[in-house]
Amino acid sequence: MQSLDTNASEVEFVTFFTGGQSFSIDIRQVREIRRWSAVTPLPHAPAEVLGVMNLRGSVIPIFDLAVRFGLTKTPDHVRNVVVIAAHESQTVGLLVESVSEILSVARDRIQETPDLRSDNSRQSIIGVIPVDDGMTRIIDLGAVIQTDRRTLQ
Amino acid sequence: MSAQSSIRDMFFEESEELLEALAEGLAQMNAGNHDDETVNAVFRAVHSIKGGAGAFKLTALVAFAHRFETVLDEMRGHRIAIDSSNLQVLQRSADHLADLVEDARTESDASSVQTEGFLVALDACLGASPGAVVSEPDEPFSFAALSLDLSDIAMPAEAAGQHFRIEFRPHAGLYANGHDPALLIATLADLGDVEVELDLSRLPDLPDYDPAKPSLSWRIRLKSEVEETVVQDVFEFVEGLCDLDIKREVVEAVSEPAPQPPMPADEVVVAVERTDLARPAPVTPKEEGDGAGLTESRGPKPTLRVDLDRVDRLINAVGELIINQSMIAQRVQELRLATDADVVTHVEDYRLLARDIQEAVMAIRAQPVKPLFQRMSRIVREAADSTGKSARLVTHGEGTEVDKTVVERLADPLTHMIRNAVDHGLESLEGRIAAGKDPCGTIHLSAAHRSGAVIITIRDDGAGLNRRKILEIAKKKNLVSQDAELNDAETDALLFLPGFSTASTISNLSGRGVGLDVVRNAVAALGGPVSIASNPGQGTEFTISLPLTLAVLDGMVVSVAGQVMVIPITAILETIRPGVNDLHIVGTNEQLLSIRGKFIPVVDVAKGLGFTRPANHPEPKTLLLVETEKQGQCALIVDRVFDQRQVVIKGLDTNYGAVPGVSAATVLGDGQIALILDPDAIANNRVLPLAEARTAAKLNEERKLAVA
Repeated sequence: MQSLDTNASEVEFVTFFTGGQSFSIDIRQVREIRRWSAVTPLPHAPAEVLGVMNLRGSVIPIFDLAVRFGLTKTPDHVRNVVVIAAHESQTVGLLVESVSEILSVARDRIQETPDLRSDNSRQSIIGVIPVDDGMTRIIDLGAVIQTDRRTLQ
Repeated sequence: MSAQSSIRDMFFEESEELLEALAEGLAQMNAGNHDDETVNAVFRAVHSIKGGAGAFKLTALVAFAHRFETVLDEMRGHRIAIDSSNLQVLQRSADHLADLVEDARTESDASSVQTEGFLVALDACLGASPGAVVSEPDEPFSFAALSLDLSDIAMPAEAAGQHFRIEFRPHAGLYANGHDPALLIATLADLGDVEVELDLSRLPDLPDYDPAKPSLSWRIRLKSEVEETVVQDVFEFVEGLCDLDIKREVVEAVSEPAPQPPMPADEVVVAVERTDLARPAPVTPKEEGDGAGLTESRGPKPTLRVDLDRVDRLINAVGELIINQSMIAQRVQELRLATDADVVTHVEDYRLLARDIQEAVMAIRAQPVKPLFQRMSRIVREAADSTGKSARLVTHGEGTEVDKTVVERLADPLTHMIRNAVDHGLESLEGRIAAGKDPCGTIHLSAAHRSGAVIITIRDDGAGLNRRKILEIAKKKNLVSQDAELNDAETDALLFLPGFSTASTISNLSGRGVGLDVVRNAVAALGGPVSIASNPGQGTEFTISLPLTLAVLDGMVVSVAGQVMVIPITAILETIRPGVNDLHIVGTNEQLLSIRGKFIPVVDVAKGLGFTRPANHPEPKTLLLVETEKQGQCALIVDRVFDQRQVVIKGLDTNYGAVPGVSAATVLGDGQIALILDPDAIANNRVLPLAEARTAAKLNEERKLAVA
């Protein structure tokens, strides 16, 4: 479980859209946002791992966030983007349909994740933020990219 | 405090080098090279360790080094003979000195209990010489030849000191006898700080100049606490060949601050060399050789200590450069320009430059195997001692350079194999005599470069493998079926099975049954096979073949189910395009390839990786014959073979994790990632369902951990 603790009262998130839902990630974890390019598939990989991509000489795995949350696979589209994010020493890419905005919210506006029935979602979403037309889900990057290990066991 | 501890670290680093120099010197003496320079080098190494240890108040180390040094000093002065028994004592003492240094580093005193025994042995050496004086070990000594550069530390003001004023004018006979003033001055520099002044006043004008008639003299001011006789000893061998005047002056207290900081050792060398240059044309060619010997004996080539991380960063960046270069080359090729177009030639230059840089950078990490080999001679001594055998180590190709990581990771397997060679390979003393062999067994350890790989062989002249016994044990331990009929090579390979041990009695050296399989795994993790050859009665030879570097690999680029992949060339024996009659179907799905009268299992790489070919994909036709560890030969089906090239290895583990059947990845010229396959894993997993394949992958991971 990743914590959101910081001294500042405002927290910044990058929000993006995939599988018809809005997600967001702590901006401090985001390294860059890249255009989609072809990946090399990995053998015996879980469905949400699309493959590996070359990021300036580093081999980084690309996760389809929609598949990870049990939604339909993100359709191939030229406007798809990859959010490059870092968790501890790991660098990964998240395939999403589009990046919406950078959201700056007061800490007290972040709400705890309501008790969801799906373990998968409850473990990977650490909170929700109400926005104009609904809400955005804050993802726990560490939990999202742990999937391969979990399916292996 | 931290400055103190970093100087301490420096001392241990220096000590390690000095211990290496010591081991090397002793090895040379052992080989029969008893000249003064070698003995001096050994003496200097021990002396410098003593000096450094004294600075850190490591009394146990100082006391032992002092006694050791006394013996060496006696040898240096030809007062005790350099014979094999004395050399043996010296060698054991050097080992013990290394232990004591290690103890001091870890702040334990595990080895100090043995010190007494070694001291007795050293005293015995001294006792053999009439008139040798054992000076008290706790006598104060100067830190004259301290190899640490401590000049940047505030030194306590010196209370008093003594100087020697030496006037030294060589006669022609001194040069004719092959002496070298520079060497004498260098020896003085070992005793303390020297200031050398060259007196040119007697130098005649050019018309009168006679090169055979020496006209130079030196005035030397030596600041040292040694006895006058010690200074006189320096000139012992040139007595009567020069005008010499030594005056001792005692300064009660240094009132005026020293105008210059005490001259560090390096500067002394410079000064000495300058006088060397100022000397008229060399009188004899012999002398010239001595001059060169001086710089050599003063220490190794200048080196730079660099944090390994920085080097690795550089290597990574160069890896990127190589990829970028091949990307540009590919783009330019796609333009289909005339071959003499400017950009084409520039790109070709770029390619050559990039390769040069890559080679140079790889050379930074390359290290000679010499220190590793030197450590092995100690292993041989210890193994021989504890088994009651007599053995010597003969090394070849010590200068062979290998990647640093390879050298480090080779230490454990090599130690094990050397111990095995002494413990199991060599016969007992009586056995050797009965077989009419030299009672002292020989272990040959050699390294050589051969076609992009490093070949390391460990050969003993023992009895050879007892194949009948090996088979018997394997059957007893149920490692093979009871009615198995194995040929010689297959029998030898049984040694590498986990849990195999041939020693009838379990010794504390080897023979705990964790032997050769661990060795093979460790070497396999470095990317190389281990092979055995044995001749009954003549000995056994283990051969390890290793890649020169772990950063690049020679691979065959193939396509599998539409994906471009790389297979390490070391695993591939040949590529085959089978005819219709060469492939045979067994059961529902298994295929066998018949080649030269043998049937070999065929594995579809795409299936092994869980990839499916598109429906309209043409039937793959190419087979790669690979040699695997567990399955012997195996044929892998791939769609197409493109070419052979060097690829930069990129780990998958950092950002993702281990993938079954894949050892690493690389970036191709077009920027796409290609997976580097592990033929062994693919061949082994071919029949396993997915879940089991994953267990196997996990096992693989554990195995890797165990090796690391």
